[in-house]
Amino acid sequence: MKFSTIKFELNGKPVEIEVPPAMRLLDILRETFKLTGTKEGCGIGECGACTVLLNGQAVASCLLLAGQLEGTKITTIEGLVHDERMNLLQRNFLECGAVQCGFCTPGMLLSAYALLQKDARPTTDDIKNAIAGNLCRCTGYKQIIQAIQKSTESLSDPDQ
Amino acid sequence: MCARFIKSKHFFEEGMVESLAEVSEANGKVWDEDAELDVVGKGVSRIDGYDKVSGTAKYTFDIKLPNMAHAKILRCPHPHARIKRIDTSKALNLKGVLAIHSHQNTPTIPWFWNMSQLYDAHLRYQGDEVATVVAETERIASEAIKLIEVDYEVLPFVLDPSEAMKDDAPKLYEQGNILRGKPDIYERGDIEKGMAEADMIVEDKFSTQVEVHHPTEVHCSVVNWDGDRLTVYDSTQGIFAVRDTVASSLKIPTSHVRVIKKYMGGGFGSKLDTGKYTVIAALLAREIGRPVRIAMDRKEMNQSVGNRPDSFQHLKIGAKKDGTLTALSHYSIGSSGAYPSGAGCSWPMRSVYQCDNVKTTDFSVLINAGQGRAFRAPGHVQGTFGMESIIDMMAEKIGMDPLEFRLINYAEQDQVSRQPYTSKKLREAYEQGAKAIGWWDRRQKVPGGMPGPLKRGIGMATQIWWGGGGPPAYATMKLNRDGSLDVLAGTQDLGTGTYTFIAQVAAEVLEIPMDQISVIIGDTATCPYCASSGGSTTAPSVAPAVKDAGEQMKEKLLSAAAAIMETSLTNMTYWGGKISLISDPSTSMDISAIMQKMNERILVTTGRRSANPDGYAINTFGAQFAEVEVDIQTGKIHVLRIVAAHDIGRVLNQQMLENQFHGGIIQGLGFALLEERVMDPYTGTLLTMNMCDYKMPTMMDTPQIDVIIVSKSDPLISDVGAKGIGEPAMIPTAAAIANAVYNAIGVRMKSLPITPNKVLDALNA
Ligand code: FES
Ligand code: FES
Repeated sequence: MKFSTIKFELNGKPVEIEVPPAMRLLDILRETFKLTGTKEGCGIGECGACTVLLNGQAVASCLLLAGQLEGTKITTIEGLVHDERMNLLQRNFLECGAVQCGFCTPGMLLSAYALLQKDARPTTDDIKNAIAGNLCRCTGYKQIIQAIQKSTESLSDPDQ
Repeated sequence: MCARFIKSKHFFEEGMVESLAEVSEANGKVWDEDAELDVVGKGVSRIDGYDKVSGTAKYTFDIKLPNMAHAKILRCPHPHARIKRIDTSKALNLKGVLAIHSHQNTPTIPWFWNMSQLYDAHLRYQGDEVATVVAETERIASEAIKLIEVDYEVLPFVLDPSEAMKDDAPKLYEQGNILRGKPDIYERGDIEKGMAEADMIVEDKFSTQVEVHHPTEVHCSVVNWDGDRLTVYDSTQGIFAVRDTVASSLKIPTSHVRVIKKYMGGGFGSKLDTGKYTVIAALLAREIGRPVRIAMDRKEMNQSVGNRPDSFQHLKIGAKKDGTLTALSHYSIGSSGAYPSGAGCSWPMRSVYQCDNVKTTDFSVLINAGQGRAFRAPGHVQGTFGMESIIDMMAEKIGMDPLEFRLINYAEQDQVSRQPYTSKKLREAYEQGAKAIGWWDRRQKVPGGMPGPLKRGIGMATQIWWGGGGPPAYATMKLNRDGSLDVLAGTQDLGTGTYTFIAQVAAEVLEIPMDQISVIIGDTATCPYCASSGGSTTAPSVAPAVKDAGEQMKEKLLSAAAAIMETSLTNMTYWGGKISLISDPSTSMDISAIMQKMNERILVTTGRRSANPDGYAINTFGAQFAEVEVDIQTGKIHVLRIVAAHDIGRVLNQQMLENQFHGGIIQGLGFALLEERVMDPYTGTLLTMNMCDYKMPTMMDTPQIDVIIVSKSDPLISDVGAKGIGEPAMIPTAAAIANAVYNAIGVRMKSLPITPNKVLDALNA
């Protein structure tokens, strides 16, 4: 198998890997970098469990191949431990009860995060649209929407 | 001694289970309806929440062991075939392939109640296990299975259960395709007499589709041999069940198998059975002397790890003009799939309404498709749709309000056992649910009567389920020297909140903060036995055992404090997590102070679930009300609102309760409108191979959901008084939606899922 050298930025740090160009980003994260916070639910772009940020956009990491990563910035749930906006979302997910089994949760959080980065005051429909690609089999979604809504409100409140 | 052995009986999924159990006889404090609790019942956030939002939670899917190899199963491409020859030589030559197993080189291991084997040369559905490759990576294993050459003798197949029942149908088994050779029949009173006494008779046919569980974490196992001992990490709903099946399959002592499961990405019933894949991986791991991981893909999830069987129901009911039901008759056929699985759905008809003349007949039929398996209230979800539809039809025929009609036929005692219920607050659920949705003034007086193309309607349906749980269930408490508490129980958290309610109950009894408590579950080697998590039994079985362990711990602490103060036990009191002399509160010591004085000793207690009361039926009840809007131009149904009013005993955690209800209702909505496993009748193969074709509800489908709990506690069941909620949440949703659709458009939809094309066809008929 031919290997390529690929350089990109992972969670704020420059990285360089030698992998087959057709290796999925999902596997690079989970296997090469042992970042198992990114989950696999389907492997073909249908469930959103593998959502990560590519240059700030929410993308399915199971659909991205190593060859597409050169020069990009990739962010996973582990890369946002100290991020204020992410911490707020995480807190609100817990407070609103938006987490059950939790397998969809990292993907949900990243989709929500990408939305709030773009638009700090999204409407409920914006939220639904942003998360519509993330399947959750446990919750009724309602608490997830509430948690995201609550995060927009607190962010726009200067006292918080 | 505050315990004794009994032969315990209670309902688990649709069957009565019986087992020997040591039960608590301690006279603990009963949390009755008026009990004022500080932690239990509150909306405490889940204690495993941080792990899950931070991405640090490790699921079975994430387990990686040093030197781990990966396995992939080659599955049969035909709906029915026999293996004539397997040639694995090319696959074995692929670099990175370590071993390949099939029926040719493995022992015969009985599976499916001896009706088949782990690797069976007779393949009965598209997806049956043919061979398994273990390789350095999953990718290599996937490549290698394509290189295995198999000659199949392709056999005729049958997919339709009614066809499969015929004498000339292709046979999956020599003894025929009807499970156990006959239907499951239940009878009370005289059905003919009941029909003859009726003023009105309604008769109709209803059908429901095959539904697939699809937990987000796929089924997976990681297995590792250490000498002759096996450790299995498994995404399972029953660690002890997996231990027993794996041990008996491999013919090794159960004590040599340890099953571990910490976090799990859902189950919904599909992970109640031990997967063939777990044993397959264990055999390969033994051969190559390395740990092996095996994980299903979504195609396999659609095909091979269970489903809710379909149902074809022929119902006939009779009633007097005054609304009294005189006869209920249910006849149904459902598909087991290729291996035994009960497909009956008549329990609601037997048990919801007061009626003396009842006959139900359920055929479970073997067909060439993936095996059925318990799915969130097996049988009840399908049966409730048919029954609650025909009940509405009868109410209309008599000219009575559907809710009034149900109240006339309210069952004051269990209709099957003729025993009283420990508690039943269905009447309150009807009342409060009806009020919340605006039943009396917002329903269409004339079904379909709303002018214009967007038509709204309101409908309702009743729920019954067991969910009282029972012994055996044990919990061990260890109080450590630093005053921290470990609670160990061999149960599982499917995402349902088991970790959290265990900590809440322990915190409540010992009056200590939750963050002083560690909950350790999901490990057969360290935790005392609890049953599989199914049948909505986990909380009602395990919570009382934790409470019992806590009460015993309190006694121990009192005794320890008495010894420290050199006084008698009767002079001591326990209050607010502290112990003092009754006469002098200033002597109070907290738990850690006592434990410091215990040197290296830790205090250990084991709590037991008490026995269920004799002579009572234990059930959960509820009613759901749906409001829908149907666009008669497109046939599209929009569920606007669901009100769920239920009697579930004590609420352990308000937030997790609402989670369970919302999730169950959304699955019910999916069952009503979207989800369906579709097979090609010409080729016998599965068409819904992914989650795009198999349609599950997304964020866009969420209605407004209001949950009303009408019960406070059921102290007759246990000191805790909790019943289960996972299944009750889903049971009536589809039926309520279907009845609301009728109220909206005036045409009855008798087949689920109610897709836009079915609506348009029905409107144009
Ligand atoms: S795993 Fe990538 S979308 Fe499902
Ligand atoms: S919480 Fe289980 S899939 Fe979303």
